[in-house]
Amino acid sequence: MVPTSYFLVLSAVLFVIGALGVLLRRNVLIIFMSVEMMLNAVNLTFAALAYHFLQIHGQIFVLMVMVVAAAEVAVGLAIVMSVIRHKDTTNIEDVNLLKG
Amino acid sequence: MLDYAWLMLVFPALGALIISLFGTRLGRRVVGFLAPAMVFLSFAVAVALAIQLFSLPHEEQSHSVLLWQWMAAGNFSVDAGLLIDPLSIVMALVVTGVGFLIHVYSTGYMHDDPRFPRFFAYLNLFILMMLTLVLADNYLLMFVGWEGVGLASYLLIGFWFEKPSAADAGKKAFIVNRIGDFGLLLAIMVIWTGLGSLRFTEVFEAAPEVWGVGNIAVMTATMLMLLAATGKSAQIPLYVWLPDAMEGPTPVSALIHAATMVTAGVYMIARSAPLFDLAPTTGNWVAWIGVATALIAGTIALTQTDMKRILAYSTVSQLGFMFVAVGVGAYAAGIFHLITHAFFKALLFLGAGSVMHGLHGELDIRKMGNLRAKMPITHWTFFIGAGALAGVPLLSGFFSKDAILYNAFNYSIPLWAIGAVTAFITAVYSFRMVFMAFWGKERDAKLWSHAHESPRVMTIPLILLAVGALLTGYLGLPSLSLIDPALEPAFEAAAGASEGHANLTLELILLVVSGLIALAGVFLAYRAFLVNKDLPARVRAALGPVTKLVDNKYYVDELYNMIIVNPLRSFGGWLAATFDKGGIDGAVNGLAGVTGWLGTQVRRLQTGMVGLYALAMLFGAVALLAWLAIR
Amino acid sequence: MTLNLPLLSIITFLPLVGGLVLLLLPGARAQKWWSLIVTLVTFVVSLLLFVFWRNGEAGMQFVERVPWVPQFNIQYFVGVDGLSLFLVLLTTLITLLVVIFSWEGVEKQLKTYFFLLLALEAGMIGVFISLDLVLFYIFWELTLIPMYFLIGGWGDSHGTYTFLGRTMPWRIYAALKFFLYTFAASALMLVAILVLYQQGGTFDLLQLQNLELGQNLQMWLFLAFALAFAVKVPIFPFHTWLPDAHVAAPTGGSVILAAVLLKMGTYGFVRFCLPLFPDATKTFMPWIAALAIIGILYGGLVALVQKDVKSLVAYSSVAHLGFVMLGIMALNGQGIAGATLQMVNHGLSTGALFLMVGMLYNRRHTRLLADYGGLWKQIPLYGFLFIIVALSSVGLPGLNGFVGEFNILLAAFQTNPVFAVFGTAGIIIAAWYLLWAIRLMLHGPLNKPENQQVRDLNVREVITLVPLIILFFVIGLFPNLFFDKINPSANAVADALNGQQPAVSMTIDK
Repeated sequence: MVPTSYFLVLSAVLFVIGALGVLLRRNVLIIFMSVEMMLNAVNLTFAALAYHFLQIHGQIFVLMVMVVAAAEVAVGLAIVMSVIRHKDTTNIEDVNLLKG
Repeated sequence: MLDYAWLMLVFPALGALIISLFGTRLGRRVVGFLAPAMVFLSFAVAVALAIQLFSLPHEEQSHSVLLWQWMAAGNFSVDAGLLIDPLSIVMALVVTGVGFLIHVYSTGYMHDDPRFPRFFAYLNLFILMMLTLVLADNYLLMFVGWEGVGLASYLLIGFWFEKPSAADAGKKAFIVNRIGDFGLLLAIMVIWTGLGSLRFTEVFEAAPEVWGVGNIAVMTATMLMLLAATGKSAQIPLYVWLPDAMEGPTPVSALIHAATMVTAGVYMIARSAPLFDLAPTTGNWVAWIGVATALIAGTIALTQTDMKRILAYSTVSQLGFMFVAVGVGAYAAGIFHLITHAFFKALLFLGAGSVMHGLHGELDIRKMGNLRAKMPITHWTFFIGAGALAGVPLLSGFFSKDAILYNAFNYSIPLWAIGAVTAFITAVYSFRMVFMAFWGKERDAKLWSHAHESPRVMTIPLILLAVGALLTGYLGLPSLSLIDPALEPAFEAAAGASEGHANLTLELILLVVSGLIALAGVFLAYRAFLVNKDLPARVRAALGPVTKLVDNKYYVDELYNMIIVNPLRSFGGWLAATFDKGGIDGAVNGLAGVTGWLGTQVRRLQTGMVGLYALAMLFGAVALLAWLAIR
Repeated sequence: MTLNLPLLSIITFLPLVGGLVLLLLPGARAQKWWSLIVTLVTFVVSLLLFVFWRNGEAGMQFVERVPWVPQFNIQYFVGVDGLSLFLVLLTTLITLLVVIFSWEGVEKQLKTYFFLLLALEAGMIGVFISLDLVLFYIFWELTLIPMYFLIGGWGDSHGTYTFLGRTMPWRIYAALKFFLYTFAASALMLVAILVLYQQGGTFDLLQLQNLELGQNLQMWLFLAFALAFAVKVPIFPFHTWLPDAHVAAPTGGSVILAAVLLKMGTYGFVRFCLPLFPDATKTFMPWIAALAIIGILYGGLVALVQKDVKSLVAYSSVAHLGFVMLGIMALNGQGIAGATLQMVNHGLSTGALFLMVGMLYNRRHTRLLADYGGLWKQIPLYGFLFIIVALSSVGLPGLNGFVGEFNILLAAFQTNPVFAVFGTAGIIIAAWYLLWAIRLMLHGPLNKPENQQVRDLNVREVITLVPLIILFFVIGLFPNLFFDKINPSANAVADALNGQQPAVSMTIDK
């Protein structure tokens, strides 16, 4: 059997890849996918630990996160579409409406 | 009957209320009847009360009437109540009696004024307040009257408010009086704090026991009262408002600024006699302030040319005499002079008003002359009034002034000497007016040809007042005086001081001396203003700079403006423009500015780069985790 | 006599409900009449407090107590005693008069204007009756919002102000300054309230006053409360929002601001600072009294040189509120009773002054003293009433102002004669600046053509003023009608300061 720690390491790696993707990439869609990757890294942790401790809570959380992620994708993509329509770009640096 | 004393207040109050609310609708006739009638009713009540009061035995001649519980806060309480005793009833008689005559006179004098009803509303208000002042049985209610007469005076001086000088004079009178009121308010506080009561009877009972002679508290209280009295009674240093007050209609000058209101200070000191007896130093101050004012105002009166201004300075001067009297402890003599002065000075002012009426507003005595041919009644009554003012023997002023000088002599001879010199000056300027205005040859023919005697409604009050000016003196004839014993119950505690009648020879000598002084003054005036007309000019030239000083009234107004009024105003201006706007508000706006500046600095962090935000979040999360781990 | 009605809640929420209904009403006419009816009914109901008052009791009357947020022990807890009774009545009366005054002269958004007035009334009454600190704080802040909009929306339309390089209408600046200044100051009070909760486990004022607080803590809490109140009063040197807000506000706003809102500060001192922090109050007494005296003289001297009659009246408020603070800081029964009455007096006379200035402004559209002159000849009724109002403000004996001022000064004299000497000097200056204003406005020749067209007061305006003027005389001549109800509570507060008994003793209204 694969030890739980492997899953945790994998999920940490996935999370860091996702985080770096969010920080470093400029394309909104890529950033978006990176965010999803971070979420799924967390999901993996949840599932692995749930299995490890033989408890159902973690798995329920996974389902919960997936639902939220689906909703988030819907909203997020709508925003991206709207940005593309207004600015005609997917480059995040061109969108700085929050600049003070 | 004595319990109905409040009726005296009700009548003028009703008059003032009705006329001020419905005056214009009622019409001149009704108002002209109503206002004097109300004062007459008060006078009738006062007479009835006086008859009853004086028929009581001496020791019962002090009667309190509780009106209502006025205010009570914390452990302080004071009631609205009246005190009927000889002093207050004599004052009430003078106020309502002279007041009534002046009301009648005014119906003629003010006949053509568009604001006729308003004038009488004010006059009735004045009578109400003056009666409150003299009848109050405690200091606080007296203060109501004290400020109330100031208000009436303000309104009446500024009656012709379109004239800037009149409006300014009213304002000045009120504010200068407020300085005096400041003293009275503080005196009231000292008295209450020390004695726990404001009622006259209780205060005077407690004062000797609690305070004793020369106590610092009683000194403070009396000095503060003296400040108040100098304001209301126009003494140094606060006399400056009274000459300006002549901007008001002449009956007002007669009623308020000669006969009644200005004597309130004297009344208050006389009323507080038991306190002043405990503070001999203050009494000394009162006497010396009085005599100094008398002398200075007398000299100014010598050089003035406006008839009403001469009379105004003369009033200041005569009030100085009254101050001398109450200062040396001769309260009865002071009140005696107050009464005679009320008659002859009201008479003189009304006479001046009559002259003004006949000459269409002219008041400069240099343009008059030989008016006796045109205005016989005015002339004769004015002559009597001037004689009384000058202290010509057998007229009222002679007796009262002599009583004062006699008491001053007993107190201090220098005081008497200055008083005597002033009496001489008084005689000179009184008859300067008479001789220049009524005798000799007419100076302005055109003015003279249009002159005419005043209507009967004005001359009859003049005649009645002239009778008063002739006869009131005999009330206080030495050794058969009605005044002293009549007032005795009010001055019981002060009886010791006024026991000056022991030395009859001295009194008679002084009587003769004052008579001679007055006659000498009249004679000098006769020589200087009728026979040897270039004498005054020669004297003026000889005195040079002194003349200039006196002509300009010793520059007191200018001095006050320079050292008090203007600095305060410019200080206020500096506070408003620089300190308030720049300093305090600057600090407030500065604080807002600093906050705003911080905001502009901090906003640079807000780049709008989402990546940067995410990075910051990451660092934050890591830092937090690290801290949690290390802790 | 007792009355089984939640009177206080009715008085507080009637205007609010009425205001909400007002929002549904179409047409200016209906809105005016509705507002009039609401404020009139509120006033009449508030008079019942006076009628059913149990004389001679120091404690709270008409108490209502309902748990509100039980988790934090927050209650809906209201009641009035002698200190707040007349402030409630003052509020309902002044709001009624302002509604009558606003019949004409409000050019835009009448419905919103009246709604804000009604909401403001509810807030102000709430401040005076709350006995729970959270409830009090909510009402306290609630009054800010309608006032902010009244100043910013209906205020002076001419002036501009450049601040931090930005030019904005002056009324906006004034409204912002008013809001931020008072709001910032009261934020600390919220902190202090929370500290009190942490110390005592309740927001109930009546329980908190029995709390024994450490000397040091008392100082800080006192300062936090006092700052909020001092800005509201305003005590020198926290007064600079006042001239801007008063002058820029529409007349109705100025009247309410001067007559009622300022009293919230002085009331706060009596209701909260004195009972809750007696030791700290005694420690800070000389300083606050000194500031009050500076305020009296300073306000007077600055008023003396104003060119704008409204700012003259505004600065005179600084001086008058100085008297009220001086009375409170005398820390004896007479001073507190006198100060309480003087709060009402100032509300009446300064309210009337602002009303009258507003009436003149509606005619002449200027506030500069130099633009007037000789008006008494043109509008005699106005002149007559203005002089009465001014004299009331000057403190002429026989009118209301004197009773308050005299008691305050006498009480201050007991505490320290020097206070009284300087305070009394203030009344000289009061006469000076008001007579100066009369001299420039009413006296002198009527030589400006614009002034010769001015109409005299109409019936509606006279109706607005007459109740106030009658009250001047009633309070001046028969102050015991008021002192009878104020005294027990004022004495209780003073006694509590000397450690004898809790100030706001509770009595159940049954």
